Amino acid sequence: MDATTWVAVASIVTAGLTIGIGAIGPALGEGRAASSALMAIAQQPDESNTITRTLFVSLAMIESTAIYCFVVSMILIFANPFTDLVTQAGGG
Amino acid sequence: MDISTDQWVFWSYGPFELNATIVFTWAVMALLALGSWAVTANLSDSEEISRWQNLLEVIVSGIRDQIRDVGAEEPGRYLPLVGTLFLYIAVANLLLIIPGYDPPTGSLSTTTALALCVLIAVPLFAIRQRGVTGYLRNYIRPTVFMLPFNVIGEISRTIALAVRLYGNVMSGTVIVGILISVAPFFFPIIMQLLGLLTGLIQAYIFAVLAMVYIASATRTHAGGDDNRGDEAAENANKGE
Repeated sequence: MDATTWVAVASIVTAGLTIGIGAIGPALGEGRAASSALMAIAQQPDESNTITRTLFVSLAMIESTAIYCFVVSMILIFANPFTDLVTQAGGG
Repeated sequence: MDISTDQWVFWSYGPFELNATIVFTWAVMALLALGSWAVTANLSDSEEISRWQNLLEVIVSGIRDQIRDVGAEEPGRYLPLVGTLFLYIAVANLLLIIPGYDPPTGSLSTTTALALCVLIAVPLFAIRQRGVTGYLRNYIRPTVFMLPFNVIGEISRTIALAVRLYGNVMSGTVIVGILISVAPFFFPIIMQLLGLLTGLIQAYIFAVLAMVYIASATRTHAGGDDNRGDEAAENANKGE
């Protein structure tokens, strides 16, 4: 296998690992946040407006860690800087 | 497949390129500016108001309430910046329902520019409220040793602001692109609907976070500081 193929293999495997492992933490966190919000709404239905608003903001902030992983994996697949580098070096 | 609207070039002349991000940004700006100009051209304060004026009043008073909820006493001062951020991002994301439109917020350049606006606005508001020394004292807040961490926090939260919006909008576009090739016609529409929801929530979050950063910089902290009494007295005077 030449250098370009190695870069492609490494990028694809790493992209899969990145999004796979990176989604675990946010998924657990969002589950905890949602269950706490549901319990809070069940206890205090009057405050459900405030709780829902806070829940949405915190869900989006928790989700952003998964989004960072997604961005990294997208860069690895579609805009990998090392592909050009290897091609220029005559590895392809 | 392009992951950014920057690579979609409409027109180029020499080194100048007019890519889709700029064109769609101008379109959103024109829509917002012309729309609000047309509505505010004939405002009335009688009991009978036009439906568009009603819409604008609901939006503006809603944003004012949200700013007050986050912790600013006088929303009027922050309304231009925060309201513009929210309206621009919301309209840019919601225009996704028009075929052929790519949200300009799906480009890292746009979101970085918006995040830089917040990065600059925070010290400006804080200095206007508390003076240069009052603002700079924020950086050595618990102890002097926290100075590097405060500076790093300032930079990293700006990057997070930019990448969060970019990643959310871009992921919607990319997932729709992938689904079109895998399961065309039905699933992409559902993901587009989800994209509308995400886009509106992200606009709200961007504006709220900007407001939270500004509020935390302008607010006088109740820390163990000698000048605490002076600052509190100063604020009490301002409030009167």
